[in-house]
Amino acid sequence: MPRRWPTLLQHALIAALALALFYLSTRLFLGGETLIASGVLILTGLAIVIYAWERAYTWRYLFPGLVGFGLFVIFPLTYTVYISFTNYSSANLLRFEQVVNYLEGETHLSADTKYPFQAYQVGGEPATYVFILSNPASPEKRYRSETIPLPAAEPVVHPLRLVNADETPPGPALPLRDVIPLRSGLQKLSFKLPDDLVITNTSLRDFGPRLPTWQRDPQDDSFKNLITGESIRPDRNAGHYELVSDGPSGPAGQKIGPGFRSWIGWGNYVKIFTDKGIQGPFIKIFIWTVIFALGSVVCSLAVGMFLAVLLQWKELRFRKLYRTLLILPYAVPAFISILIFKGLFNQNFGEINLILNALFGLSPEWFADPLLAKIMILIVNTWLGFPYMMIVCTGILQSVPDTIYEASAIDGSNAVHDFFKLTLPLIFKPLFPLLVASFAFNFNNFLLIYLLTGGGPDMVGASTVAGQTDILVSYTFRIAFRDSAQNFGYASAIAAVIFILVAFISWWNLRQRETALSS
Amino acid sequence: MKASTQERLKAAAAHTLLIGFIALILFPFLMVIAISFRRGNFALGALFPTGDDLSLEHWRYVLGIPYTETMPDGSMRTVKASTPVLQWFWNSLKVSTSASLLIILLSGTAAYAFARMQFVARETLLKSLLILQVFPMVLALVALYALLQLIGEFIPGFGLNTHPGLVLTYLGGIAIYIWMIKGYFDTIPVSIEESAKIDGATHFQAFVRILLPMSAPIFAVVFILSFISHISEYPVASVVLQTEGQWTLAVGAQSFLYEQNYLWGKFAATAVLSGLPITAMFLFCQRFLISGLTSGGVKE
Repeated sequence: MPRRWPTLLQHALIAALALALFYLSTRLFLGGETLIASGVLILTGLAIVIYAWERAYTWRYLFPGLVGFGLFVIFPLTYTVYISFTNYSSANLLRFEQVVNYLEGETHLSADTKYPFQAYQVGGEPATYVFILSNPASPEKRYRSETIPLPAAEPVVHPLRLVNADETPPGPALPLRDVIPLRSGLQKLSFKLPDDLVITNTSLRDFGPRLPTWQRDPQDDSFKNLITGESIRPDRNAGHYELVSDGPSGPAGQKIGPGFRSWIGWGNYVKIFTDKGIQGPFIKIFIWTVIFALGSVVCSLAVGMFLAVLLQWKELRFRKLYRTLLILPYAVPAFISILIFKGLFNQNFGEINLILNALFGLSPEWFADPLLAKIMILIVNTWLGFPYMMIVCTGILQSVPDTIYEASAIDGSNAVHDFFKLTLPLIFKPLFPLLVASFAFNFNNFLLIYLLTGGGPDMVGASTVAGQTDILVSYTFRIAFRDSAQNFGYASAIAAVIFILVAFISWWNLRQRETALSS
Repeated sequence: MKASTQERLKAAAAHTLLIGFIALILFPFLMVIAISFRRGNFALGALFPTGDDLSLEHWRYVLGIPYTETMPDGSMRTVKASTPVLQWFWNSLKVSTSASLLIILLSGTAAYAFARMQFVARETLLKSLLILQVFPMVLALVALYALLQLIGEFIPGFGLNTHPGLVLTYLGGIAIYIWMIKGYFDTIPVSIEESAKIDGATHFQAFVRILLPMSAPIFAVVFILSFISHISEYPVASVVLQTEGQWTLAVGAQSFLYEQNYLWGKFAATAVLSGLPITAMFLFCQRFLISGLTSGGVKE
């Protein structure tokens, strides 16, 4: 009998989870997110099948991990690729339906109807007021509000009731100079007339009704301006509304209202490879990215390997202590070390320039000169990267049998010769996949570039933001998030290109490793 | 006799070289420790601040203790940090620990299926995970932002500017850990679990009672690697966390070093305060890590 309990508990847990997810999908559905609601529903169904059906046993272990991976890797990836085919940017930020809603919601103040008001203070702390409005069209009518506290935190609509024109007001009306301080409170105030017309504050003297500016034609989503009589229609390729014919707002084709996201096909990709103003910096950045990644791997490998070989030497004392101290740059969180270097290399009061100045009278502009900035980046990345190479090389060196050196020692060769002729060929093969992985990591080493130089100094004459030390990821990040144009579509296209490049390197590396293992 | 002199010379050269190199490595760290104890926000000064130069003002600031500061015009004022750095430290600790634990849960179970079970497309799935993972999340921030916004609308507490939301976005990065754990499982003979199953243990019991305790070292490695990579994570955290009180250390530390307002001393104290425990933890677990790294993992 006790053996049944885990099964019961398991069923109860599945049922609770399924109910929670079911509730979530209902809420999503009611919130208008039909597609996502069905996605959650399908996942719920899958979860129930997997955890209740004995034959889907394997997937019980895989399911949570795969859901996390799907949601936070595959979805963002797919979405980014999708964006790369649209013109999504700060100029085309909204979805089409949102722009339609925006235009439908746009109102203007009616020029002819105004309701002048008088305010009366009826209470002190907190201050409360009564408003009496008149209607110029029918002077015998007056409208009186309830007692209203001002200023109010939220915009509120207060009802008005009809009163006789000769009804005594609650006191002397506030003079204009006392109304002025109430301005911000007034702006949040609207009234509802007995005939349901809502009027909002228009000035320090009047309330007035707001009327819709645009009239929508549901047939083709075109709009007619009720003030000027102009018509606008959506241009679905360019992603904005435009004037149908010449009018007071401008010539035919003039852009009206906010832009919307639209599918533009391969446009962003074509731009990367053909637009001169973009192509120039793109190729430069690509070349620097490769140089940076290769240079980082080679430099940190050289330093790391040298130290690993040196620390292999068994007669050397304090080897353990040396190794621990040498691992330090790897142990300190990267964001801290990078920012420390940012300070140390500072042109005016960084320690490095202070020392260089004291010793040689030099004061290099590490952040302003493109070449020096690149050298600085390589120095810092070597400093950050060599411990990893040292650890890896030490591990691989231990697998090299000592006997090969004994044979060569008889021939009377020296250590340097031994290393290049004997050790290196032996350890290069197991080392290679790690070097490729390190290359791929540095290819996308956003943190280093972003925290150290931020991509600067800027390139002159580029049509997008582009820095001399930007690598592809940091360049893309800047286009999407740090440039005023926020060109998400174009940035996503570059992201897709980067992904294909790095995915190819990883795939190739994986195959190399497999063939190496099987041979 | 001659050979021994040569040996001794060689050893002396090696020691000199190593000590010189270590001095170069330690220089930035010693500098930062010195700066954190120095009055004001300028680098000028001795390596060991003394007398009037020595000041605990940055440490007081970082720890959220009020202190008095002399203004340029000679007047005194009391300064207290609006958001103590300790708060960021706590945020970082919370986010990185929970992300790492959840990652172990997700990647451990998945790795078990990959290592011990046969199913369709196993190899393909395993490789696809690793290749898809190279897509840099920095570039998917638009999508992550939209996703968190949506989640936040329907599950309050998991949206933008929340720590659970940030932890969620980190849960995608499991492919490399699945590979590492699977690699370790592969080295443990299946026969032990098989015999347990003959004795009547279920799949799940064999996994939890037998395989997991034997794999403790690899879980330690995964935990530390994931912890370190998430405590350093900047781009996603900087976009998801919008208010100062929610920031993690990586986001907060950056805020001291603006071009116009270079708060070098406060940054230095923050760096020492936050770097020390993490570095100590790393060095403490060094032995595990090195074995984990040489078996093929890459720190990110």
